[in-house]
This record gives sequence, structure tokens and C-alpha cells, in this order.
Amino acid sequence: MTTAINPGVWLIFGGLLAAILPSRLRAAYCVALPIAVTGIVLGLEGGLAGRLSFLGVELITLRVDGLARLFAILFCLAAVLAALFAWTVQSRIEAAASLVYAGSALGAALAGDLLTLFVFWEMAAIGSVLLIWARGTPPSYHAGVRYLIVQVGSGVLLLAGAVLRFQETGSAAFDVIGLGDTAGALIFIAFGIKAAFPLLHNWLVDAYPESTPTGTVWLSAFTTKLAIYALARGFPGTEILIWIGVAMACFPIFYAVIENDLRRVLGYSTINQLGFMVAGIGVGTTLSLNGAVAHAFCDMIFKAVLFMAMGAVLLRTGTIKGSELGGLYKTMPKTAGLCIIGAASISAFPLFSGFVSKGMIMAAIVHEGLFVPWLLLLFASAGVFHHAGIKIPFFAFFAHDSGRRVEEAPWHMLAAMAIGAALCVGIGVHPAPLYALLPDAVDYVAYTTEHVVTQTQLLLFSALAFTWLYRTHRYPPELPSVNLDFDWTYRRLLPTAVAGIAGAISRLHGALRQGMRGLLAQLLHLVHRHHGPEGVMARTVSAGSMAFWVVVALAGYLIAYEVSR
Amino acid sequence: MISVHQPILQIVLPLMAAPICVILRNAFAGWLLALLVTGGAFVASLILLVHVVNEGPVSYAIGGWPPPWGIEYRVDGLSAFVLVTVAAIGFLSMIFARRSVEAEVAADRGYLFYTMYLLCFTGLMGIPVTGDAFNLFVFLEISSLSSYVLISLGTDRRALTAAFRYLIMGTLGATFYVLGIGLLYMVTGTLNIADLAARVPEMTHIRTVQMALAFLTVGLGLKLALFPLHLWLPNAYAFAPTVVTVFLAATATKVAVYALIRIAYTMFGGPTMFAVMPIDEVLVGFGLLSMIVGALAAVWQTNVKRLLAFSSISQIGYMVLGLGLADVTGLAGAVVHIFNHAMIKAILFMAVGCIIFRIGSADLRDIRGFAKPMPITAACVVVGGLSLVGAPLTLGFITKWLLLQGALDRNWWWVAVVIVAASLLALVYVWRLIAAAYLHPPSERVAAVREAPAPMLLALVALTVATVVIAIDGSLIGDFAVVTAKQLLGSGE
Repeated sequence: MTTAINPGVWLIFGGLLAAILPSRLRAAYCVALPIAVTGIVLGLEGGLAGRLSFLGVELITLRVDGLARLFAILFCLAAVLAALFAWTVQSRIEAAASLVYAGSALGAALAGDLLTLFVFWEMAAIGSVLLIWARGTPPSYHAGVRYLIVQVGSGVLLLAGAVLRFQETGSAAFDVIGLGDTAGALIFIAFGIKAAFPLLHNWLVDAYPESTPTGTVWLSAFTTKLAIYALARGFPGTEILIWIGVAMACFPIFYAVIENDLRRVLGYSTINQLGFMVAGIGVGTTLSLNGAVAHAFCDMIFKAVLFMAMGAVLLRTGTIKGSELGGLYKTMPKTAGLCIIGAASISAFPLFSGFVSKGMIMAAIVHEGLFVPWLLLLFASAGVFHHAGIKIPFFAFFAHDSGRRVEEAPWHMLAAMAIGAALCVGIGVHPAPLYALLPDAVDYVAYTTEHVVTQTQLLLFSALAFTWLYRTHRYPPELPSVNLDFDWTYRRLLPTAVAGIAGAISRLHGALRQGMRGLLAQLLHLVHRHHGPEGVMARTVSAGSMAFWVVVALAGYLIAYEVSR
Repeated sequence: MISVHQPILQIVLPLMAAPICVILRNAFAGWLLALLVTGGAFVASLILLVHVVNEGPVSYAIGGWPPPWGIEYRVDGLSAFVLVTVAAIGFLSMIFARRSVEAEVAADRGYLFYTMYLLCFTGLMGIPVTGDAFNLFVFLEISSLSSYVLISLGTDRRALTAAFRYLIMGTLGATFYVLGIGLLYMVTGTLNIADLAARVPEMTHIRTVQMALAFLTVGLGLKLALFPLHLWLPNAYAFAPTVVTVFLAATATKVAVYALIRIAYTMFGGPTMFAVMPIDEVLVGFGLLSMIVGALAAVWQTNVKRLLAFSSISQIGYMVLGLGLADVTGLAGAVVHIFNHAMIKAILFMAVGCIIFRIGSADLRDIRGFAKPMPITAACVVVGGLSLVGAPLTLGFITKWLLLQGALDRNWWWVAVVIVAASLLALVYVWRLIAAAYLHPPSERVAAVREAPAPMLLALVALTVATVVIAIDGSLIGDFAVVTAKQLLGSGE
């Protein structure tokens, strides 16, 4: 038995240690630890290691191949950036939880079997929920509880799938799974919850904006990317993923446009970007899989930059509502500049990272002749620019002047954002190192005339549309300071079509929710009547009735024998 | 090398120590004696376990009368395993006990408490050791009678009625058991379990034998608090002194599960009997009902002791379910859960003991925010609670894994669904504990307390660390359970 240890374990135990370190050392330690672990990850040799046996199941606690290595490096990088961003965080719980969370994601990416994956999967859920609760407000508490229920539910499904699969195949190895049987379907849903599939996505937009300014940066980096890794590993080429991905890329756009909380806008935009990756995995060709993981890599970085910029805004102004912000570029010019780089990357401007990775997915879809998905994803690309590329920087830093004159973000936040932004530009200009990291050899040239022209046209027309809407006051001009009816104003002034669709969706959604709620309440009432403190199942009964049940049980057994004769 | 008399030593020592305790008439001396005796029994049982695992079962003829005429003590893998579990909890409870008993039992009755404790310990140690069906009844009664007294020593006045109700139900259970044994004796003419095992499996078509099995199952069902025979348990656990709750919750019901395994698998031949009498399906049904009903009731309890008592009913369901699944992994799940649940419940009830000792209440509303002044206790509650839910890398996960395998082996996927549902319900009630500990600011009263005294913490932390260490290399205990289950199933062929 080789005793190679999954580096995720170092990060987890090291993270726990962070909770007991004196606060002077903690910040430096939290940055140094992921850097050290990155060193370990880079030094890993390929292959399977860390074999253990658990009750007859062979576990492979460490697997290093192209795909795993890429995500391992990605998670380490994210941990370093986020830890730097969170330099001044005082809470020991938050510091420890974030490192444990990152370590779990890293461990899961390097897990070679479903059981090890499950262990890290659940630990990631626990670590991340502590980050949500770290904000300490009642809404964050409730959002955290809902988040935890969903995440644990995903873990349970994964476990159930793993057990079933072990029963059927005699192996718990985590390779291509496919949708062929119940086990595959269960695992698929488990992954789907974490990847925020449509209708399973609510936890994401619900919980992410409720975390602390720094917590959201951690959250955005790991859970969903881990799910993308798991899908790429377990379900490449599963056709339904194309359509799921397309739906994910399209529907959040409507919500994102009418949303006022800018971090929630980024939450929707996360789902939108995940849609591209999921569709890429669904296509299943070498090019599209490469594109999906490359896009996961780039998305982690530019999404982190955007969430960091919004975190810095929240930290300085104390609000993140679009209607209360604006004009911040005057005093936060550096944050604004870095945010624009992130926005350009997510919009896939040529020379920025999104361009070189999303292009691969689009090219693969064209190559397979999937016309309708291609068209819808093109629409989604234009939408990204609309809600993430323009809306985020515009409403936060420009638009109408809110009169807030806050300080520039602290140095460590700027440093983290700057590193992220530099990576965005670096990858966009010189994608070869990223391509070299990808699991399969890449035969793709991002900068062809056709690609550059198409993308630039798309973006320019999208910008034109925004400008036209804004100039003709169809986009709300000076926003009213009362943010309560902000949503209402927003919807009315949007083109009627969008409002109609969004309204219909939200009404349907509302009705479904209402119905489910009513049903749940009735069920709960029924159970409480019987099992509650005064219910028949929980109250103290007399010795006589207890004896009566003894007789009933005895009779039950005798009848059971008699019947079986 | 072990002494020839090893199997009986750990019964005789506590039995003799009990009257000495009365003579001493001093709580501290009684405690010291009980500590030494249980510690000695723990060491002896460990030696016995190692011996049995390496060299096979040990048989001891009392008074030199060879079985089946005399009473035989017979220790195989399963009984040594249960023996170690009982002894370990017995010993750790004693480390924990002194301050807690001072606080919760009237001072003039302290020595009586330790006397009864030693007797109860004797009874519970005797059940796994004995190879004689009637002798088993004797030990069952020794442990039960002393536990009625122990429960009634609680300072809450409701402890008395709770003990009385337990007495009625316990006596009914014992009577049913002895009726069952009597019926078997009528047919076979022997009381030795090995002897019975050779004859009973061929007689399962006889109605008397079937009656006997029904009486035995209902009798033991009462003792192990299987739904719907669980009604005595919540109050008995809730109002007893906490040390008693720790010890009884961790061991008494587990020993009854052991007795049920012995009867169903060794005496009646397990699968061969199930083919004639569908008792396995009945047990699966009752087990599942126990799991769900207990967990649902636990969700709404506000008193932590009562909450954990209902959780015990739910957890006993897991064991009975594994027993009824009647295949290697399912039965191994039941065996391993005997140990796991003993450890987990001991941790949680000990933590409650610490809380009551400092805060003076076990009501969820009164103890809010106790993690702040009592961080170590709270951390142990988290570990114990996660284990109860069956989170990975805890003992509970090993059980859940084996039971899921067992259910799927029999193609009962709906059983697997219920197992998962029950553990999600466990998450809900464990969650209420953890939320009370961490997510509320402490009231002034709670903020003013200190961490529990060192000996109580020592026992609590020792148990918690032990569970974590054992769970991390789950194969050790899991493989042992699988081997034991194979032996039990093999003996039925």
C-alpha cells in the first residue's frame, strides 16, 4: 500500500489549525498554507495512490491525471487569491472554515473513488455553510440552513448512488458513470444540485449573496466548479447535458437583468457561465471537454475578480443594491478598473480570458452541427455582456452619482484583484500555458479573424442595445432612492416582452412554491399532531396501555407465524 | 495466556464488590471500589477479546459440572465484543460519575447508588458471558431490578413513577422471556444454549416452539424498547440520574439486542428458521417503524435527555433492522451498531451530564449558547451528533454503510430509502442541539458557568477521541463485525 496522502487533507488540517492561531499570525498563515499546498500539488506524480480498504471497498484516495491536476491547481489558486483578499478577516471560524472548505474541494478533485469523493463532498458542504453563517444576520442564518439542507441532500443522493453502483459493479471507482441505471441517475442529480441545474439552482442565488464580503468570494470559487469537475469526469458526452446547459445559460439572464442586489446578479451570472460548461461537457468531444474545463478555469478567476470587487464595494459602502450605488469610480478608481477587466473577461472580449475558453465550446458545438443550441448560447453570450459585463461595473461605479465618497479598497483586496485581473489578461493574450494544462492535447486557435469579428460584432451590438435602451429611458435612468419599488420600476420600463416572460416565470414559480408550501405545512401539522410533545407517539401513557401494546405485539407475532404456515 | 477462570472473574468481582459497598456505607469509598472493579473488568474483558479472536471460543463449566448438566459460560467473538463494550462504558461512566452523582443523588444514598450500579454491571456483564438460557434470565433480572432502583434515585419526583412503570414493563418482559424458555425446555429438555441450538432448528414446525419464539421476541422487545414496546423508555431515561442514563442507554438495550441475536441466530438457527417463520420480516417492519417513530418524536422534544431517549429508540430500530435483514452485511451492521451506539449515546448523555452539572437544566431553551462557556463539551456534542446522523468518518457511517448494503443485497431498496430518511431526521434533531450550542448568544446564566470539572471531561473526551480514532480506520471494527456475522449465519447451517 502506498501511503501518498491527498493534499486536500493538509489543507483541511492546516485550516483547523488556523482557528487556534493568534490573530496576528493568522492572516499570513492563511495565505502561506494554500501556497505550500500548491507546491505539493504541483509536485504530485500522475497515477493512483493512497489505496485503502473500507469494508471490502477499495478506495483510491489520490488520483492524479490531467483533469484532476487542472482542477487541483485551480482550487489552490483560488484559495491563495481568496485568502489574500480576506487578509483582515478577524473571525477565527471564518478563517478555518474557508480553508477547510477549499481543502475539501481540493480533496474531492483528487479523489479516485466515489466514497472518498462523498466524504470531501460533505465536508465542503459543512465548511461552506459556516461561511454563510459567518455574516451573523438572521437572513444569512436562514439562507444557510436552506443551503445546508440542499447540500446534504446532494450528499445523500451521491452516497445512495455510490452504494447502488458498488452493489451492481463491485467497484466504487469514480470514472465515467453514464445515465444507464438508477445509480447513474442518482449521482447525476447529486452533481446536478451542486452544478445548479435549472430548478435545482435556487440555493446558489439564495445563499451566495448572504455571506460576508469575503465569504462570497470563497463560495463562488469551489462548489460549482467541483460539480463541473465531477460532471466532466462522470458524464462526458451525456446528450441531455447540452440542453440543460443551454437552459442554464439562458434563463438566468432575465432574472439577472431585473435583480437589484449586485452580488445576486453575479450569482445568476454564475449559473449562466456554468451553462456553457455543462453544454460543453454534454457535447463530449475532446475540444468541447477541453473548452468546458478551460472555461471553468477562466470563470473561476474572472468571477472571483467580480465578486471581490463587489465585496470591496460592500465593505466600503455597506450596501450592494444597484439602486443605492453609483459614481464610486471617483474614489475607488482602482477597484473600478479591475472590475472592468473582470467584466470584459466574463463578456469574452478578445484579449481577455473568457474569449479563449468560451470560444472552444462554441467551436465544438458548431463542429457537431448543433444549430439550435449554438444560436441559444450566442443569445446567452450577448446577455452576459448585458447583465454582467455592463450592468455590474456601470451601476456600481458609474450611472447616476450616489454621492458616496468612500475610501479605495484596502491594499490586500486590490492585490488579490490585481493578480486575478492580470491572469485574466495574461490568459487572454497568451493562452498557450492554459492549453498545455488541459487534459487533452489542444488543436484550437482562438484568434482567427472569423472568431474575433463575430465576437466583437456580437458585443458591440449588445452594447448598442444597452446604450439605446439607456438613452431612450427604457433602461431606468436616475434610479429612485427608494429601493422597495425598484424591482417594480425596473420591470415596467423593460421591454414588455422581457417583463412578460419574467412575470410569467415568476408567477408560475410562485404558484408552485405556494402549493408545495401548503402541502408541506399540512404534512408537518399531521406529523406534529402525532409526534409532537402532546402527540400520541410522544406523551407519557399509563402502564395499562403499555401492557396492552405488549399483548398486541405478541398477537402480531403469532398471527404472522399463522399466516405464513 | 489467560487464566482458566477468566470468564467468570469479571462477573464474580462486581457481584462480591456490591455487598462490600453496602458495608462501607460511604459514597466515596463505594465510588473508588466501583471504579477499580469496573476498570479491572474492562482490562479482563479486553484480554478475553484478544484471546477469543486469536484462539476461538472459550468455555467454562461452573463448579466443574460439565455442560449440558451444569451451567456453562461460553465466550465467542460476539459475546467478547459486547463484554468489552459494556465494561468500557461501565468503567468510563465511573470516571465520570463522582461529581455528577454528588449533584444528582441524595448524599445519604450515595453508597446505595454504587451498590446498585455494581449489581447492574454484574447483570449486564453476565448476559453475554453465559451459555445457559435460564442463567441469562437470572442476569437479566439482576440488571433490571437494580436499574429500577437506580432510576428511582433521581431527584426529580417523576423518577419514581418512571421507575415504577419501567418495573411493570420490565417484569412483563422478563416473564415473557422465562415463559418462552419454559416452553423450549418442555420440548427439548435442555437449557444449555449450545444444546438448544443443536435441537431447536429441526423443531421450528412445532407450534410450542413457535409460541416460545413469540414470547422470547416480545419479552426481549420490551427490554430493548422496540416500537411499540418502547413506551417505558423516554421517561425512565429522562428522569434517572444522568450517570444512570449514560450507563443504561449505552449498555442495557444493547445487551438485550445481543440476547435477541443469540436467540434468533444461535438458538433458532437464523436463516433456516426464517424460512419457516417470517420473523425476519416482522423484525424489519418493527425496526423501520422504530427508526421513524423514534426520530420523529425526538424532533419535537425540548428536554435534551428526552430527545436523546427518543433517538435511542430510533437507533435501536437500526440494530433490529440489521438483525432482520439476515444477511452478512445487514447482520454485521447490527453487530457494529451495538458498539457504535453505545459509544455515541454515552458521549451525548455524558455531555448532557456536564451541562446539567453546570447549568442545572437540560431544556433546550435554558442551555442556549452553552458552547461559549463550555467549548469542549460542545465539541464532543458535535462529534457525537454527527456520528448519530451517520456522517462520513464517524462510527455511524460504518453502520449506515453496512445496513444500506444489507438492504440492497435483499433488493429492498425501499428499506434503503427509509434508512436514509431516518438519518436525515436524525440530522434535524441533532441540528437542534448544535444550533442551541452555537447559534444563540448565551444568556447571563449560561455565560457565567465554567467548563465541566476535569474528571467528567476526561471521560467524555476519552470516549470522543476513541470513537474518532476507531472510526477513521473503520475497517478494523467493520471487518470484525463481518466475520462475526458470518459465524452467526454459518452456525445456522
